[in-house]
Amino acid sequence: MFSNFDYDVIWRSLPYLFQQGMAFTLTLTAIATVFGLILGTLIAMMRLSSSAVLSGFAVSYVNLMRSLPLVLVIFLFYFLMPYVGQWIIRSDQPVQVGAYASTIVTFTLFEAAYFSEIMRAGIQSVPRGQVMAGYAIGLNYREVMRHVVLPQAFRNMLPVIFTQTIVLFQDTSLVYVLSITDFLGAASKVAQRDGRLTEMYLFAALVYFLICFTASFFVKRLQKRISIIR
Amino acid sequence: MRVARVRRVRGRQRVKHWLPLTRLERPSVVRSTLSPQAGRGKKQWPGHCMGFWLGTARGGECVNYNWNWGIFWDQTPDATGTYFGSLMSGLQVTILLALCAWFIAFVMGSLIGIMRTLPARWAVFVGNAYIEMFRNIPLLVQLFIWFFVVPELLPGDLGIWIKQLRNGPFIAAMLGLGFYMSSRVAAQITAGINALPKGQRMAGTAIGLTTWQTYRYILLPLAYRIIFPPLTSEFLNTIKNTAPALTIGVLELTARARSMQEFSFQVFEAFSAAAAIYLVLSAVVTIGMRILEKRLAIPGFNEGK
Repeated sequence: MFSNFDYDVIWRSLPYLFQQGMAFTLTLTAIATVFGLILGTLIAMMRLSSSAVLSGFAVSYVNLMRSLPLVLVIFLFYFLMPYVGQWIIRSDQPVQVGAYASTIVTFTLFEAAYFSEIMRAGIQSVPRGQVMAGYAIGLNYREVMRHVVLPQAFRNMLPVIFTQTIVLFQDTSLVYVLSITDFLGAASKVAQRDGRLTEMYLFAALVYFLICFTASFFVKRLQKRISIIR
Repeated sequence: MRVARVRRVRGRQRVKHWLPLTRLERPSVVRSTLSPQAGRGKKQWPGHCMGFWLGTARGGECVNYNWNWGIFWDQTPDATGTYFGSLMSGLQVTILLALCAWFIAFVMGSLIGIMRTLPARWAVFVGNAYIEMFRNIPLLVQLFIWFFVVPELLPGDLGIWIKQLRNGPFIAAMLGLGFYMSSRVAAQITAGINALPKGQRMAGTAIGLTTWQTYRYILLPLAYRIIFPPLTSEFLNTIKNTAPALTIGVLELTARARSMQEFSFQVFEAFSAAAAIYLVLSAVVTIGMRILEKRLAIPGFNEGK
């Protein structure tokens, strides 16, 4: 059944698959992780704040994002973005936002909801006594968060954050619905051009598997190391 | 004159959208899709601007999008009913797909999850390999493999028969989603069984039960109750994960919202409605599961709470 496999098509398209496809996939993963984590931490702090307005906003944002399918959010933001742009820069007509820019914003905002839940657990994993001690020695809220709570929260949650990044890396394949050339998009374009669906999709699966498997292997090791220190 | 030109351009764009939607093609230029639709606003919503979503731009001036919440009662271009009806048929497909996939996920997940807790080394290895395989490949790639690749790899006639099935996309999505979610369910079930005190298993052996009986009468009834909440959220994930099935041509809720947007140009009505339906669906499932959990609870047994 593998006898009429055309390995050459994979070999020929390797530069395209990795230089264009994988490059975008990795860029999107990196940007969405970094900014999603920053935004997620802010949302987690809002959620844990004593202000009902802030925490209410954070709760509804997180719950909304977490109960919608990512594909729907990708579509919605893709069409919403031109109007938001128009509203921000006060232009007369909707701003042209490319599919690439729109997915980067979408993934950042979407993943922020998931990262905020992780960071919330992280912040809550720091004993209350440390926060009180911080206040007792005269630090204010910002300083307590910056120097006492967040470094530990981040450290405790590092394996979970990496696991979420692996999930995010897999989810970036969904930008296929906007016909973006991410790794899967590139593979599927070659597949349809050359009529080699079997080879290309199996190859894409293999590459995703190897990357995610290796990454989750290292996350497991990290988890063991951290749990010993604690 | 400027308006006339814009409209002509849109007319052309519109023809492009009449192509069948089974394969997703590149979405057209955003601006032309989103231009205000003259003549569409029969029953316009009073605040027909983005005002209530984004705030008005400057002193009363609106972002130029024409709201038209009456659109749901308009006929779809293929004259099979209203847009509302089309969304509802999408909802049906979503629910049906989620239930079928959940059945596979639950059965396979239970088998694999139990295998990973057996004393036999090979069973643990097979279980781990299964989980790693289905968890480390993105759902979309798995759907493509079930839809495009598996029929090719099957011997001759069987592959052709599968390709000609009318429900081909649905079956591929069901298998893909089911096996993808089964790896997550399996991980939960292993965790549930391992969370039980070791003494439970030993007690089972001590009173002379076989391994099968220990699982059937002692371990599993407790384990399933412990992991009920995480299983609920896996079921919610299954519902959400039906959306990628639109890429292989399953006309579920998101696909219906998308085609409604392509035909009516009412982007935000279409996607807000779909989003609202997803929210209601997950709320209903959450509440239903909570009731079910209470009814299944063993009185006096508080483990896992």
